[in-house]
Amino acid sequence: MTILIAIIVIGLIGVLFGALLGFASIKFKVEGDPLAEQIDALLPQTQCGQCGYPGCKPYAEAVANGEAINKCAPGGDETIKKIADLMGVEVQPLDENHEADNTPKVAFIIEEDCIGCTKCIQACPVDAIIGATKQMHTIIIDECTGCDLCVAPCPVDCIEMRPLKQTPKNWQWDLDSIPVTQVD
Amino acid sequence: MESVIERIEKGHFWKFHGGIHPPEMKFLTKDKPIRPLAMPPELTIPVQQHIGEAGKLIVKAGDVVKKGQALTQSLMPLSVPVHAPTSGTIRAIENAIIAHPSGLSELCIKLTPDGEDKSIARHITPDYTSLSKHDIIEKIAQSGIAGMGGAGFPTHIKVNTHAQINYLIINAAECEPYITADDLLIREHSTTIADGINILDHLLEPAFILIGIEDNKPEAIKALQKATANNDKVKICILPTKYPTGGEKQLIMALTGKEVPSGVLPSKLGIVMQNIATCFAIAEAVIHDIPLTKRVVTVSGRALEKPQNVWALLGTPVEFLLQQCGYPEQQRKHIIMGGPMMGFSLPNTQVPVVKITNCVLAPSEQEIPNDKHEVECIRCGQCADVCPSQLLPQELQWSAKANDQQQLETLNLFDCIECGACAYVCPSHIPLVHYYRVAKAEIRQQKQLDIKAEKAKKRFEARKARLEREKLAREEKHRKAAEARKARMNSGTEQANKEKSAVAAALARVKAKKAQTSNTENVENKELASDQQDKKSQVAAAIARAKAKKQAAVQESSPAQTESQPPTPENNQGDENKKAQIAQAIAKAKAKKQAATSQDTEVENHEELNEAVKVAPVDDKKARIAAAVEKAKAKKQVAPEKPSELDTDKTEETAATNSPADDKKARIAAAVAKAKAKKLKEKNPQSAPTTVDASTNEEQEKEVAITPPLEASEEKSAQALDKKARIAAAVAKAKAKKQQAESK
Repeated sequence: MTILIAIIVIGLIGVLFGALLGFASIKFKVEGDPLAEQIDALLPQTQCGQCGYPGCKPYAEAVANGEAINKCAPGGDETIKKIADLMGVEVQPLDENHEADNTPKVAFIIEEDCIGCTKCIQACPVDAIIGATKQMHTIIIDECTGCDLCVAPCPVDCIEMRPLKQTPKNWQWDLDSIPVTQVD
Repeated sequence: MESVIERIEKGHFWKFHGGIHPPEMKFLTKDKPIRPLAMPPELTIPVQQHIGEAGKLIVKAGDVVKKGQALTQSLMPLSVPVHAPTSGTIRAIENAIIAHPSGLSELCIKLTPDGEDKSIARHITPDYTSLSKHDIIEKIAQSGIAGMGGAGFPTHIKVNTHAQINYLIINAAECEPYITADDLLIREHSTTIADGINILDHLLEPAFILIGIEDNKPEAIKALQKATANNDKVKICILPTKYPTGGEKQLIMALTGKEVPSGVLPSKLGIVMQNIATCFAIAEAVIHDIPLTKRVVTVSGRALEKPQNVWALLGTPVEFLLQQCGYPEQQRKHIIMGGPMMGFSLPNTQVPVVKITNCVLAPSEQEIPNDKHEVECIRCGQCADVCPSQLLPQELQWSAKANDQQQLETLNLFDCIECGACAYVCPSHIPLVHYYRVAKAEIRQQKQLDIKAEKAKKRFEARKARLEREKLAREEKHRKAAEARKARMNSGTEQANKEKSAVAAALARVKAKKAQTSNTENVENKELASDQQDKKSQVAAAIARAKAKKQAAVQESSPAQTESQPPTPENNQGDENKKAQIAQAIAKAKAKKQAATSQDTEVENHEELNEAVKVAPVDDKKARIAAAVEKAKAKKQVAPEKPSELDTDKTEETAATNSPADDKKARIAAAVAKAKAKKLKEKNPQSAPTTVDASTNEEQEKEVAITPPLEASEEKSAQALDKKARIAAAVAKAKAKKQQAESK
């Protein structure tokens, strides 16, 4: 008899919690993968595709599903460190296939050479190139992410990547000018 | 509120946290009058001298300007213009090193004075109360006045507040060692300053005006008391000397006992603060219609023979100031702009005086020794005791060294006023403020990047959405068109019946072709077995040939690369020469195609090389554009002939590109078509293998893959071919399609 009561009680508790969980899974359903969202927020959003994925979001989703964290070349070591912190994994050096140089660059169209083919406009992931067929194109520097994707499609090779110009506004204080000594 | 004024009247003030008492060193300059300077040989006027946006240039090189003439125009609310400090000619508008610790250059106007100092017409307004508030603010803005205490915030923004102002605080504390510019200005021009204070009173209508001044300037206090005696709103608050009393938040704390919360403007608390030198500039601008073109600069330091306060025109090179004050060569060390606590070392002495420059310091070796080496922090905590912002400098220092931006923000790094008190007391000589400056710049940069990333993400997503939308719209259009066609066909008119029967006929033809194809395949399979031996040897030969060609191509490619560098003798290649080359290349290609079908790829390589050799050296723009235009034309011409042309057909494309004349193009196209047809003929007997060994299969698949673009041109010449060839072609086509599908 006691066994029967125990079974019934445990069974009832089971049903109760089952209902509770079922309710919670509907009520508190999370749209999308929150981890992917968090990783996406850490990526530099250049949409360059150097990681092998078409944009930062797809790469973030892939990382959330176990892809290597060291494929973001524009983000460099900083981004890798942040993702490693977020996911609780070891920091890895940047994938060897990528250039380690991640100085901020922007595309530049040598305008006298541009023939107005619109191929770069189609390649730009952030619509940072303006121009029309048989009209000279130009790049909106403030919108350009430096992703490099417009360089290859240009039939007359009139696009080049130039490092961002340093001005007093974006200048970083030079630590080397201050004598810093390390004491063991 | 009553108690604040009561306390002030009793001379009781509040104390802000921390602070230091460095040697004042003001005696070097405080008892000498402000000296007017001779005219420097050239003035360098930076376009931007304040926080905010630079104005738009309205003069150009070669213009003759008069004293007080505006050189830039302010279009945005946060920009103020700059004016010509004297009459003269604008020599150039170019980048020059500005007064910034980076030593980077910015756009500057170079003015060569003509020595006449002719001014533009002025409209003196003795009674400013006759002007509306709006007009006064406009006058302040157009006179280019920006806070002269050090930050350079545009003054017209600060005085255009609609909030209820309880206290207008005039900052005359001048707490930094060495600097006596404000002290002397008060002593010599107290009535003008009083006018300026009255104008601010008129604009802001504060309940009280508090003038904060340190007790180490007794003459200035007397002069101010005398000048402001007729305005009973004004309270002169004599504060004990302590660095940094002159900090905005510190002075507010000392005078009113109110602490300005982090990230809040004082105007939220009903307080506006103005520097005393700004008051002088406001009076000059509003009453005398003189824009801000000169200021008092303390030129001090023991390395100078005659340290003194001077009236410096904005744009005067620091070098000129130093010369005027006797700066012997052998004493030359580093020059500091600003005071010893908050200033920065100048990259060179050609930088100009700007609106915020209150001091140029030339210290001797004893005053500010260079060789203090930083040693490890001993956690004595003195820095935290003296920090006027009540921060934890040593904690900040750890985090700054570790580049831990999150922690730095938690520790309120941005509340640091960079007063340098912590570095002053540090027994380990740690340049703490430098670390904070670096960290601040990095955090700002990171924030910019974050904003940019967010923007890029939005644009990327917007673009994706747009492409998706366009795709759907296209599909919808196609669907509608198809539906319309169907409806028309089903309408039962004569036209529709005709169309219907045409479609049915086409379908029947396709079916018939299919049936034939399968028959021929069977037949050819049987033939294949006998052919196989022969084919194997053929393939072997082809591979050998391909290898030889590859070697040749490698050898050829290196000269081609060197040739493709711009300046080569081939640059001036004549048109004749080019034509001949193209003809040669085409002839070669034809010969090769006839020789062996399996070498298609090689031919492609060669022609590409030819193109590289031809096009690359002709580097000048005209030639390139011409080539591009020709390419486009050629494409257009080729397109109607071969509507199903695919990107893989590079051979034809490059060949077509090379042709300079239209008839030539046509000829080439014809030749290529002929060559292809021939190729096809040769290939037909062996073109349908299903059970050949792996290597053969691969070779042939390659051939087939190259075939599809020919479809159209081949169909044209198909009339000449016998039926068998046609069937074989169909088979090849089918194969190619299969291949394509697979590769996709």
